Amino acid sequence: MSIRKSTPRRARRAEPAPSNWELRLYVAGQTQRSRTALSNLKKICEDHLQERYSIEVIDLLEQPQLSRGDQILAIPTLVRKLPKPMRKIIGDLSDTERVLIGLDLRYADGPG
Amino acid sequence: MVTKRSRSQSRSAGLPKSPTGIQGLDEITGGGLPRGRPTLVCGSAGCGKTLLAMEFLVRGAMQFDEPGVFMFFEETEAELAANVASLGFDLPTLVRQERIVLDHVRIERSEIEETGEYDLEGLFVRLNLAIDSIGAKRVVLDTLEALFAGLPSEAVLRAELRRLFHWLKEKGVTAIITAERGREQLTRHGLEEYVSDCVILLDHRVSERLATRHLRVVKYRGAKHGTNEYPFLIGDEGISVLPITSLKNDHKASIERISTGIPRLDAMLGGRGFYRGSTILLTGPPGSGKTSVGAHFAEAAARRGERALYFAFEESPIQIERDMRSIGLHLAGAIQKGLLRFHASRPTLYGLEMHLATMFREIQTFKPSVVVVDPITSLLVAGSPSEAKAMVTRLIDFLKTEGVSALFHSLVSSGQSLPETEIVISSLMDSWILLQDIESNGERNRVLNVLKSRGMSHSNQAREFLITDRGIDLVDTYLGPRGVLTGAARVGQLARERATAARREKELVSRKNALQRKRAAIERQIATLRAEGDAEEEEYRRFDELTRDRELARTIERTEMSRARHADNNGTVAPRGRSRVGSTP
Repeated sequence: MSIRKSTPRRARRAEPAPSNWELRLYVAGQTQRSRTALSNLKKICEDHLQERYSIEVIDLLEQPQLSRGDQILAIPTLVRKLPKPMRKIIGDLSDTERVLIGLDLRYADGPG
Repeated sequence: MVTKRSRSQSRSAGLPKSPTGIQGLDEITGGGLPRGRPTLVCGSAGCGKTLLAMEFLVRGAMQFDEPGVFMFFEETEAELAANVASLGFDLPTLVRQERIVLDHVRIERSEIEETGEYDLEGLFVRLNLAIDSIGAKRVVLDTLEALFAGLPSEAVLRAELRRLFHWLKEKGVTAIITAERGREQLTRHGLEEYVSDCVILLDHRVSERLATRHLRVVKYRGAKHGTNEYPFLIGDEGISVLPITSLKNDHKASIERISTGIPRLDAMLGGRGFYRGSTILLTGPPGSGKTSVGAHFAEAAARRGERALYFAFEESPIQIERDMRSIGLHLAGAIQKGLLRFHASRPTLYGLEMHLATMFREIQTFKPSVVVVDPITSLLVAGSPSEAKAMVTRLIDFLKTEGVSALFHSLVSSGQSLPETEIVISSLMDSWILLQDIESNGERNRVLNVLKSRGMSHSNQAREFLITDRGIDLVDTYLGPRGVLTGAARVGQLARERATAARREKELVSRKNALQRKRAAIERQIATLRAEGDAEEEEYRRFDELTRDRELARTIERTEMSRARHADNNGTVAPRGRSRVGSTP
């Protein structure tokens, strides 16, 4: 199964570069929308953040207490934990253009 | 058809309710909010939605053993705790005891980018977690409409809200959802469309420069409820709604009597004063001595060891205490012993409702047996007569329920006619004492009348009301051929009467003396006459004796003579000497 919790902490410790992107995807159960969101996210990351990112998928049905920390209401929600400031992107990430704006990758991508 | 109706009736009769514990609200709703269903509370900003919702939760947790979840979207946790701490709710403790969960949902529109389809499952998960963590029976969502500002797609939001209310019902929690008042509909975003079981509207408006909050139950599906607008206020201990029309009239009537503190007034009231728990109206013009009567009444209660509460709306407590000292009534001792408490506030400070609710609170906390309201009229000017009557009815009802005896001062102008409010509230009173100023001969005098006193024989006579340096005294007025006289006129009349009486007395004495003298003279005359009589009698006796002596002497003489003449006296008398001589042989 592709939707499994990854290990972001280890990844961050292993590669603590300032340019590292820490992303967190909140879902609730194995829905079609969750799967779509994750595959969209992976594609965008591969296209724009090669090797500079980690993705943590949190299933709120399994860990409901985590919904408070990042103020999650909408599902799915993608949270950009790093770099600061935190950004939230809701929806199944099908609108790539808006995802890039949401992640500030429109600018990050330009000069890079 | 018939069966359907009867089923719906039986359902409405047995509609389970969740008591709010909020003073008055349960009375209006007939027991509380619909159990296991969401209730919409809407109103404009600052009208008390959050506090109402919070009190519902806190009372649920503290009084009804129903833990609650407070999910809020606008204030921060610290702000919220500070706001409700002013009502005496200790949220941090309740949270620590796991009786209340506070969950702040923060939505920052600027942080959110919408990139496709989504739902609000996160909110559901979160609420579900909060509810299950303490087994909550009550939920508040304050203010859910913040979502409309925070989330981009209204269509998604509406669908999700509909799902949320269904979900809440399924979960079986009693919920309050607060919402901002809209311009043309009850709420800005039409939430009433989704929450249809119970809708409460709060309102905060200013009339005659006094702000008053009102509460109205717009809708309560399947239950009877008060439909009027009820004033409510936010006090030190939460919200109080004043449901004026849900009055019950079934107080106990005590037969115990309590002294008014003025012996002569007690005497006028069948000799024993007022009934305990009765309400008394004391009407009088300015300066007629109402405060003095009230202070006596309160002080008498303190002397019996009971608590008395004095609401002073026109004077400060210190001033009343000083003034009463000047008439020999010392209140300081009772105040120090905690038996007498003054509550002073300006009548214009709040509206009538606020005053009454404050009074309720004071009475409930101090638990007095005697209450003095000095004067009630300054509160009544705030509203119309009907409003005033309703409020006073409510207050009297409350006092009677608590068994508190109450004295209401009522200020009237010196004229004879009574203002309308006076007549309106007087019918609610058990006793009515009227103080009057009577002007005559260039002075004003106070006169006291007992106009009515239910359930006891009472004097119908006016008494002159004197304020002396030893307290209040009532004296009989002068009732004479020239009418009722008071004050100097009474004193003058009494003096005149005394003079007349003295004069009569003197005359009587002198007449008596004269009579005695006359009698003595007569006696003397009688004595003289009697002496004269005696003298005459004596004279007569002497004369009689003399006459008889003379007769005897004449007889002897005649006998001697005849013997000497040898008269053959064939008379009856034979002289002894001669016959004896003659017969001698």
